[in-house]
Amino acid sequence: MDAGALRLLNEERRARRAAILVTDLADGSARVVREGEAVEATLAEPVAKAFRSGNSGAVEAGGRRFFLNVHVPRPRLVAIGAVHITQALAPMAAIAGFDMEIIDPRTAFATKERFPDVALHAEWPEVVLGSRPLDAYTAVAAVTHDPKVDDFPLKAALDAGCFYVGALGSRKTHARRVERLLALGASAEQIGRIHAPIGIAIGASSPAEIAVAVLAQVIRALRTRGAEAARDDAA
Amino acid sequence: MLQGTTIDEARDPLAIAEGWLDEGRKVAVATVVETWGSAPRPVGSHLVIDADGNFQGSVSGGCVEGAVVTEAIDVIDSGAPKMLEFGVADETAWQVGLSCGGRIKVYVERVS
Repeated sequence: MDAGALRLLNEERRARRAAILVTDLADGSARVVREGEAVEATLAEPVAKAFRSGNSGAVEAGGRRFFLNVHVPRPRLVAIGAVHITQALAPMAAIAGFDMEIIDPRTAFATKERFPDVALHAEWPEVVLGSRPLDAYTAVAAVTHDPKVDDFPLKAALDAGCFYVGALGSRKTHARRVERLLALGASAEQIGRIHAPIGIAIGASSPAEIAVAVLAQVIRALRTRGAEAARDDAA
Repeated sequence: MLQGTTIDEARDPLAIAEGWLDEGRKVAVATVVETWGSAPRPVGSHLVIDADGNFQGSVSGGCVEGAVVTEAIDVIDSGAPKMLEFGVADETAWQVGLSCGGRIKVYVERVS
């Protein structure tokens, strides 16, 4: 590996972008492949699979042996709304390997007592996201039911290319939300990426069960990035 | 708590390797490329080594790092990468091996 490859790899990792160091095990030559970058046909499938799974490993391609070392940013899950669902979602998301953050400007909801051991911002999303921007390895779940709080981060999540954007509310509520997001300048394609009603269909009833449905949907979105996902959004 | 979503500069082996290069030190990177059975560190884990034998990171639970460092100093001298294999079944297991019973392959290369 040359120093240039190491520096480029670290630059991508510092910027929270996924990259693979591809090393030819016969001669030791190495290069950095960024997510979405074109590679030779023989490596295309193993490279795409490695980005999705995040698993490193040796592969045979075109009669040569390569080692693919995958560097994928740690996924974040940002919940808009310090509500009952979020109280269950936060510990489960942490166990599943997500960096969890909660944003809710309503100080009666966003209390340390209700949310111990989790990054909690009792401020408007506009303020928090200004200093902690969303990115492709961040999921956003908006669960306040309040357009004043939810709409801005939903639009920001769509613009940032978040791998998952979900919004709580009935189909009727969502139809009104769609109107507002269109007015904010969202495109129809962007709006089609919102998971609403939120969560996979497991018949979830209690707040904790809805949290399970949301987390499952987030994990599926993470692990099917770039692949044709079987969408099953009905709650 | 609010950090940790990017890389940990003080402990990340590849960030440390870059810092060492900036200081003009010669650097080798060792990477776990295959594991069988019970292996302590997953595929892709790094140990970084300089010409004086300083090292950071890990490729096992401390079982084989000594041997990898010795080999890495050779690799820094020669520039030729090496593939090392460690396992309890190896003859060398009495000196260095994995007490857990697993087997690992470690690729050692110079950063040039």
